[in-house]
Parts: sequence; C-alpha cells; structure tokens
Amino acid sequence: MAQSAEVDFSPGKAQLVDLAALKSRFARIDEWVASPDGNSIAAPVKTEEGRFTICVNDQTWPDSFDLLWMLRYTPAGKLMALVQSDFEWTVAVDGKPWENTFEYVWQPRWSRDGEIIAALCKKDNEYGVVIEDKPWENRFKAVRDFALSEDGKRAAVTVQTDSLGEADVPGFFEGVWSLAVDGQLWDKKYINTWSPIFNADGSKVAAQIRTDICEYSISVDGADWTERYGCVWEPIFKGTNGTVIAPIRHGKNWTLAEDGRPIWSGEYNQLWRHSFSPDGSKLAAIVSPEFGRWTIAVDDKPWKRRFKDMVLEPTFSPDSKRVAAPVKSDGRWNIAVDGEVSGQGWDQIWDPVFTPDGAHVLAKAKQDKGFLVVCDGKPVRTNLSLCWDPIVSPDGQHVMLRYVEDEKYVREVVPIEELAR
Amino acid sequence: MYEFSRGPLVWIAFIVLIGGTIYRVAKIYRDSKKERVVHPYMSLSHGMRSIAHWLVPFGARNMRMRPVFTVMSFLFHICLLLTPIFLLGHVMLFEQSWGISWWTLPDGLANVMTILVVVAVTVFALRRLAHPVVRFVTKTSDWVLLVIVAAPFVTGLLAYYQVFDYRTVMILHMWSGALWLMVIPFTRIVHMIFFPLTRAYMGSEFGHVRSARDW
Amino acid sequence: MKFKKTPESLVKDPGLDETIKNLTPERIVQVVNRVLTKENSARLQAYLDTCVHCGLCADACHTYVSRDKDPLFAPVSKVRQTLWELVRRKGNVDGEFIRNAARIAFTECGVCRRCSMYCPFGIDMAYLLLIVRRICSLLGVVPVYLQDTTNSHSVTSNQMWVQQDEWIDTLQWQEEEAQAELSTVRIPLEKEGADVMYSVIAPEPKILAQLLGNMAIIFKAAGEDWTMPATDGWDNSNMAMYSGDFEIMGRVERLHWETAARLKVKKIIMGECGHAFRGAVYDGPRWLSWQYPPIPMIHAIEYYYDLISSGRIKIKQKYQEHVTIQDPCNTVRGRGLGDKLRYIVDALCEKFTDVDPKQEHNYCCAAGGGVINCGPPWKRSRMLSNRVKAEQLGKTGADVIITPCHNCHSGIEDIIGFYNLGMHVKFINEILVECMEKPEESEG
Repeated sequence: MAQSAEVDFSPGKAQLVDLAALKSRFARIDEWVASPDGNSIAAPVKTEEGRFTICVNDQTWPDSFDLLWMLRYTPAGKLMALVQSDFEWTVAVDGKPWENTFEYVWQPRWSRDGEIIAALCKKDNEYGVVIEDKPWENRFKAVRDFALSEDGKRAAVTVQTDSLGEADVPGFFEGVWSLAVDGQLWDKKYINTWSPIFNADGSKVAAQIRTDICEYSISVDGADWTERYGCVWEPIFKGTNGTVIAPIRHGKNWTLAEDGRPIWSGEYNQLWRHSFSPDGSKLAAIVSPEFGRWTIAVDDKPWKRRFKDMVLEPTFSPDSKRVAAPVKSDGRWNIAVDGEVSGQGWDQIWDPVFTPDGAHVLAKAKQDKGFLVVCDGKPVRTNLSLCWDPIVSPDGQHVMLRYVEDEKYVREVVPIEELAR
Repeated sequence: MYEFSRGPLVWIAFIVLIGGTIYRVAKIYRDSKKERVVHPYMSLSHGMRSIAHWLVPFGARNMRMRPVFTVMSFLFHICLLLTPIFLLGHVMLFEQSWGISWWTLPDGLANVMTILVVVAVTVFALRRLAHPVVRFVTKTSDWVLLVIVAAPFVTGLLAYYQVFDYRTVMILHMWSGALWLMVIPFTRIVHMIFFPLTRAYMGSEFGHVRSARDW
Repeated sequence: MKFKKTPESLVKDPGLDETIKNLTPERIVQVVNRVLTKENSARLQAYLDTCVHCGLCADACHTYVSRDKDPLFAPVSKVRQTLWELVRRKGNVDGEFIRNAARIAFTECGVCRRCSMYCPFGIDMAYLLLIVRRICSLLGVVPVYLQDTTNSHSVTSNQMWVQQDEWIDTLQWQEEEAQAELSTVRIPLEKEGADVMYSVIAPEPKILAQLLGNMAIIFKAAGEDWTMPATDGWDNSNMAMYSGDFEIMGRVERLHWETAARLKVKKIIMGECGHAFRGAVYDGPRWLSWQYPPIPMIHAIEYYYDLISSGRIKIKQKYQEHVTIQDPCNTVRGRGLGDKLRYIVDALCEKFTDVDPKQEHNYCCAAGGGVINCGPPWKRSRMLSNRVKAEQLGKTGADVIITPCHNCHSGIEDIIGFYNLGMHVKFINEILVECMEKPEESEG
C-alpha cells in the first residue's frame, strides 16, 4: 500500500478496459492482475505459437518470450513476471528483462514498499538468490525457504551445505542444512532448518531448527535457544528489543515461548501464525483450545466463539484495537472481527482490510463462480467475474474497488459511508 | 464355610464385579477423553450397526468363513451367560434371600447348556494346542482363564449329579463362581465389558468417518 | 521370548543393523515409556486387555496366508512379538529386539487394517503396529529407504527430493506435452481463487509426469477452474506418517492445507493415490487438531465418478482390454469408494471381471503402508508376502489391472513380474484420457 498516498481517491466509477475486445486479439490470455493504483490491468498473453508477452490495459510489451508466468504487481506498482527466452529464465520488470539469466528463477519476493524485487535462482546446477538483477556470489547444493528483509537489501534462505549420496541417512542426520544470509553461511549445521525471518531493521535472522529426530528449537543468527521441544513453528521477532517468539510443543500441547521461556500459560491443541499489533502491544495467534475447534487468541485469551473448519492468520486494525481473521465453519468462510461474525458466509474469502480507524472491515469473497466485495459482513458488490482486494484511502474516507463486470475492467472509488450503510 | 460361601462371598463377588466394572469403564472413559481423537468421531448409529453385525451369528464375513467355530462360539457365549442367570437353583437362592424370582430354565435344558459350556471350553483348549497361530500367542494366563471359566460349570455338573461329597462340591462351585465373577473386570474376560466400546469405536471409524463397512 | 530366525531376519538394512548399535538400554526404556504412557492410553489399554488371543485375525492377513500360514506372520503374532513384549518388559529390551520389531512392523505389515475388520472386537492392529513404528522411529531404527523418504519430506515437503524449480519446470513441460493432444490445455499455476487445487504425490513429477498432462486434459474437458501451487505444499503424500515421525507428518500436512488456503480454493482434488488420502484426510488433520480436513479433499475416484455420472465427461469409445480392479485399502476400506470405482470401470471398459474377495475385503497390495518404500533390500520378502494377491489376480483372467493408487500400482507391477502373471497395471487417468471425448473433437 506504499503508493496509496499518491493514489487518486476521487469518487467515481470508470470502465477502463474492454476485455472482450482483447479476447479476439490473443490466442490465449492467462490470469489478469490489477495494479495497486487501480489504473491498469495486465495479463500474460500468447501472441503467436510459442510467444508470450504481457498485455497492460490494451498495450502489449515490446518484448516477447518463449514462456512467461507469475505476473504480479508489487505494492510500488512495478509489474514483474518470470520469463524464459532461449531456455534461459529471468525476471522481467515493467517490460524489461534483467541482464542476468538463469537455468531457473522462481519464488519472487519484494521489499515492503515493493521497490526491490528478489527471487530464488539456479545456475550451473547450483542454487542462490538474486536481488534486483544481482545474484549472490555464493551458490549452494539446494535451497528451500526464502526470506527478504523489509527494506529488500538482505536475503536469507535455508540451504543444503553438503552433498548426500542416495539414501545417505547417517549423513543427513549429521546435519547438512543451514542458513545462508546474503550468501554467507551460518557456521552451524542442523538436520533441518525452516522459515527464516528477518527482524524489522534486517539486522537479525531467526529460523526453526531440528537437532535430533524429535528435537526442535529456534536459532537466532546461529545462536540456538538452549531448550529443545517436541516441535516448533515459525518464529517472529518482537519489534523493539529484538527477542524472538515462537510456538513450542511440549507433551501434547502448544504454547508461545520468548527466547526459550514460555510466555503464554494457555495450553493449546495447536497454535501458529502469531503476529503483533502495529503498535507492538498485542500478540494474536491462531489457536485450537479444544480438539477440532479453532479460534484466535489475543494475549493468551481465546475468543469465545470457536470455528470447526479453519481459521487463518489474524490481521490487526491499523490502530491496533481490533483483530479480524478469515474463519470457516460448516463449509462457509467468513470474517470474524473480535470474535464476532456478521456475514452469511461464502465459498471463499480473502484477508480482511480494515479502515484506519478500525471501524469497518472489507474483504473480497467468492460464491459459486461470482466474486463479491463484502463490507462489515454485507455484500456491497456481487456477481463480479473478477475482483481484487479493496484498497482504503489513507484518510479512511474512501474505498477503491477493482473488478471485472460484463467483461469490462472497472475502477470505482466509493465513500466508505456508502458501503457501510 | 458353606454359610459364608452362600452369603457374604456372593456379596463380595458382586461388589467386586460391579465395582470393578465401574472402575474399568470410568477409567477407559477418562483416558479416552484425554486421548482427544476418540470421542469426536463416535457415532451412535454406526457403533450400533457394527455391534449388531458382530452379535448376529454369521453377520460378518469372518464368521461365514469358519461356520463350525462360529456356531461353537455363539453357543458357548449364550450358554455361559444365560445358564447361571436362569438356573432354577440360582433363582431359588434369590427368592429365599430377597423374595424375588424370575423365569427359569427347565432342568434338562440347563443341564445340556452347562455341558455345552464345558465342551466348548475343551474345544477352545484343544484349539489353543492345535492351531499354530493360537498356540504361538497363548500365554499361561489363557489356560488359567479357561480353567476359571470352566470351573463353576464343571462343579455345577458334579453337584447336579451328586458326584463326590455334595457339600464340598457346592462350596467349590460357589467359590469358583465367585472367582469367575470377580476376575471379569481384571482379566481378559473384560472383553465382555469392552466389546461394545471397542466395537462401537471401530464401527464409527469405519462407518461414520470412512463410509465403509467393518464386517 | 527369543525371536525365531526366518530368512527375513537375515536381510541387511543399515537403517536397522547400524542404528541399533547406538542404542542404550536407558534410551530404549525412555522412548518406550514415552510412547506407551504419554502418547497413548485408552485405545492401547483397551486393545491389549480385550484381545483374547483367539487368532481369528490370522486369515485376514496377506502375509500370513501367502506364507503358508506360518504363525509368525499372523497379525496377532506380529503384535505378540513386538508390542506385548515391550509392554511386559516395560521397554527393557535390547537393540536386537528393536531391530526385529522394526522388521516386523515396517516390512511385514502394511497397516492396511484388513485384520481389524476380522477381529470380533474391532481391535485396530494397524494402530498397534504403528505404535511399534513410532517407538522405532524415535529410536532412529527405520529401514533406510523409508527413513530417506521421511527425510525428503522434512526438507522438501515432498517424498522424492524434488527441487522447487524441477516441480514448476515439470508442470510447464507437461502443459506443452498435453497441448500436443489438446491445444487449449493449461496447467494454471498459482491462480488464487480457483475452485480447485489439484495435488499429487512426488512420483508424478519425478517419474510419471504424463499423468499430470493427462489430468490437465481431463480438467479442460470438464471445464474445471483449477490451479496448482508453484511452492512447496503441492505433494499430498506422507511417508513420515508410516515411518512413525508424526512431527514431520504434521509439518507436511499443515503445509499442504495452508497452501490450499493460500490459494483460496474451495476444494482439493487429489490424484490417484491411497496413502496420501489417508495422510491428508485422517492422520494428518488429527495430529494438527483438525477433526476433519479444513478444506474438502476429493479423491480422483470420486471426481471421475462425478464427471462420468453427471455427463460432464462423455465416453467416446470403451477400452477394449479385459480388465480387473485392485481396490486400494486407503480409499476403499478407508473411504468406501469401491462402488464408485466399479461404476467408473464399467463405464470405461468393455470387459471387466471383478476380483474375489473384493471391496473392503480385498487383499492388500503389500506395497502400501510404507512397505515398498523400505526399498530393494526387502523386495523379495514383500513378494513372498503376497502370493495370495498373485493368485487372486490370476484367477480373474484379466489382461489389465486398474488401480487408482501409486503404491498399489508399483506393488502390483512387482507381483506381476515376480509371479509371471503377464498382466499390466494402469491408472484410471490413462484409460480415461484414451476413451473420453475431447472438447476440440466435439467442436469439430
């Protein structure tokens, strides 16, 4: 949302692109993506046999490629895709392929503001990271989980340090997995490493580690917590002092630990995807307080309402006062806000979007074949053939809706009162 | 001795049986709650469906595959349970003590049923020796249990036919009967109590969770 | 109790032979007590106390029947030689005992649960042998090839060490291959909000990639709105469930479900695999505290049945070969899909002879449950353990065996070779693509 300050939020509805007209121009049009400012819509298109390019609104990129996929707008409005020419892959940004090419490139990530783009890459059968067309000098036998710092300057990836022969189980259990940060290996090796994560300023990296068949812990910059657990999940950093918090399993139960010490007293059947409120004062997580029942716990206090099927990652309102999460019971998805559900439920639902004051919650949803936009549990636009997340203006007064209706791409800015009525 | 056997001993036996049964069921219930993944999957209808299929002779494929054993096993269990409950001599004791009585088996039939139990136990014992798998998994306790189960019936027969000293045989009969009742909750005869539970769980896992048959 | 020597006890497998050298008596006792008292209680106790040692489970087991009714291979005998002793001796056993327990639990039982259907009390013997596997896994005593598969799951979340780029590359290659057959076919990657996520097991991209292309054609013909992830989490298989490493099992399943949730799909349709269904629908969710799968999971059998019975896919010409069926334990005994499987085969094939016994009562393939993943050292033993399967299939007189399960597929291939049956094994997918009407043809 970095751009939303510069985005035009004057109310009004505009049909920007006639998608029907484009259908006859191309043999194949893949999935459309809409830009964060709402002014553009783009898709990979096939121009002739074996040639692909990007169509933005009704203009195609000058270059075409043998293959092209993973078209995405970054929050900064950069349009990137993974492209292949002459059996070499690279990243193309706003129509321009990077100079470096690879045997393969995948898993694009970008900085928080969307200005810096990075991806995993493979060259000469070795694996590494490329950031803004600059590949790491060091490459590895294999890579897996990938994290980029918020400013996009640093990358961390789980790497295999040594080759293993076929079914070399003893070798594996000696530990051949570690972390590479900016291409530099930690000096420790583990049986497994997973889910690296940077702290806010990018100075530290934490990850899950496995030190024996059934011994798990957390390591921060290669310094392991002394405690070992039956299992752990993804760690996160606590904003200011840089401590690390992770779900740990002891016996059959889960709780949260900070630097190895339990900080929640609740014993949960399951606990994961914990996150801090923007002001850092509250900590919310997905928990299962009893078998087969799920909810959100905020500061160790689970919501009273439980959900049978699934609960997804909680989102705090920008003022840190409210929490919302996609929840599913009896096959229906909904958004729960502070433990309350008001919508009728839909087949699919996307992450909640709060207004800055937390007063209203919007979300994109899908029912049967039609997309819709939901505001405070009420559908406000329905039967859309495509739709993207609503974007709220920084002053919280307006909402930009981006959708496709009757084969026209529509950008609509609506006052929030109109939606929340 | 005789008076103790027909009075307090019976009380003790029933108290141990009932108390033991309550203890075992309560414990398995509590433990199964702790196990978390048992109760949420239980279904009354699928549990009953499974129990029914395994309580009806030839209701399961495995029973149809071995008809002789199936008949023997059903006769054994029916005679084992019904004979003591509906035996005239037993009902008369209840009538003398508490003034309650119920329908009784004709003497001749009760006699045949008792003999059937003894025959079945003998067949089971021979099967334990003859069938290689059963022999391989037989423990000493299996033999002891067979003796405990057979003893009240053998001594009952001896008493009925007045073989040996009647009074001694009756004491043995009462003691072996009491022993049999008391060991039910604490030996593998507990299968009598657990059968509906394990069966219902399996029936639920197969029928309710997996839409499949378990017979 | 001494273990009786059988030819199988002489098989060399470093996963058993070498690992027991590191065991100490204290470690064994500690692990056995942990598993028997902390991880299990009510069911274990009820099953141990209820078993009357009657041996009625014996004839249910393909291993026992195939090995001339050798008593060592009856289900209850496998429990006697392993779990009963561990309980009785409170874990005071030596490495050699653990080695043999691992051999029995991993290579002579496929946890197919057929015996559980033959026990009058419904004692789940597969569960009891999985407890033995759990103990062995925590002690590190697991057949080396099976452990390697679990290690692959731990690193890659798929079972064959497939790299992330290989996965995407294979899908793109298969899309091109399928386009040769039907030019408009796509394999849509990372399409958020599609109705369906299609998930498969790693042998598909690794060695049977054409199955992916086939499925793309089927989805196209059915007009399905579908997608596949371009991240880890695409593999629905789970050998960690069978090696006894439940922590890795849970990790793999969690990623699979979270990937479907990230893609915002209504349901997952999965390829023709049995154990993957079990892992994703039963064992995985339970470990993670989901009572039922968080997002509906539709097995390929159910999906093909819906396509054919609703007329979304029409059969152009029936398959001419004489066919029979191998019912996979995890979708037939484990989901009751036997009737739907027969409906599909009847719709697709001209000549079908059913097996006997069939449906829930079918004999296990002896490959599932992690047994085939124990690898080459155990292949001969696995073959000897399933003579009854060769006899059963041979009696049908069929030329082609249809089985919607990867483990069954490989296991039956091996049996055909070992017993010279002269038959072939096919997935439904292969026959369906051959026999169905394709959209361009109908338009033309």
